[in-house]
Amino acid sequence: MGSAVSELPSRRTPLADAAETGLKIVIVGGFGVGKTTLVRSVSEIRPLNTEEVMTQAGVGVDETHGVAAKTTTTVAFDFGRISLNERMVLYLFGAPGQERFWFLWDRLFSGTLGAVVLVDTRRMDDSWYAIDRLEHHKTPFVVAVNRFDNDPSRYSLDEIRQALALPEHVPLIDCDARVRSSGKDVLITLVNHLYEQAMTREMTP
Amino acid sequence: MIRRPVDTGDPDRLYTVTGGRSRADDAFDLVTLVVSECAPTAGMQSEHARILDLCRHPTAVVEIAAELKLPITVVRILLGDLLAMGNITARHPRAAQSVASLPDSALLQEVLHGLRRL
Repeated sequence: MGSAVSELPSRRTPLADAAETGLKIVIVGGFGVGKTTLVRSVSEIRPLNTEEVMTQAGVGVDETHGVAAKTTTTVAFDFGRISLNERMVLYLFGAPGQERFWFLWDRLFSGTLGAVVLVDTRRMDDSWYAIDRLEHHKTPFVVAVNRFDNDPSRYSLDEIRQALALPEHVPLIDCDARVRSSGKDVLITLVNHLYEQAMTREMTP
Repeated sequence: MIRRPVDTGDPDRLYTVTGGRSRADDAFDLVTLVVSECAPTAGMQSEHARILDLCRHPTAVVEIAAELKLPITVVRILLGDLLAMGNITARHPRAAQSVASLPDSALLQEVLHGLRRL
């Protein structure tokens, strides 16, 4: 992570004064799969990092047998942004796929347009859990396979769809998270998918 | 008692920043855009002053948190203070009120146009 060369200005450029609507898309994936790289490739700002603390006794988060339960868990995430027009700004969040993160999903990412599950074919196990949780949260998503240069396997998309037990209606695409046009295609695939779902809903009385 | 520098980002410091409060104002979504309605004044809590400086242009809650290097919950508490004092206004996202509310096709069309222009 954080390996891509950034040509973005280091100073934060402000949004247009007319900006009024913030939107969210979440990129979920295991450690090192390229979430931050994808955010960076399409973001107009250098990706920023922030965190949220969970103060409740975290159920199932940390097994602290006999010891007073740990009371704070910190989840850090990166984000970038794209000004879509004078009024609308899209925020992209790179979210870790591990279990403790999902306790904060509703608090942080309620109202998200949708999600991208970023997959590394060398560590597909990481993706199952994310896909399961997104289905549970009824968050629409697409799956993007980040093809690294030296991906020795080159599993076909069909093979990956089978391995992930991914339903036919969920779009599955290849990408190179380092390349801006490829990252842009991933986002367009997601929003197209959301658009088609919305059209279907609106046509159904 | 061992004294530590104030600015360590540990829970003690967060406790001080929020005056001991831990309940955040849920009105502030991650992408609620915050705009200052006045300049910082002398004697104001430094975090409040920094937020007012930062939000001279619309700034999302998550960007404020990243700039101040404070957790989201703490920033929401501070924003609640500023809102109550009339020092900021908030532009809330349209669809974020419930998990189930789905965006309409017109909004998504606008998003698509914006992305294609990238």
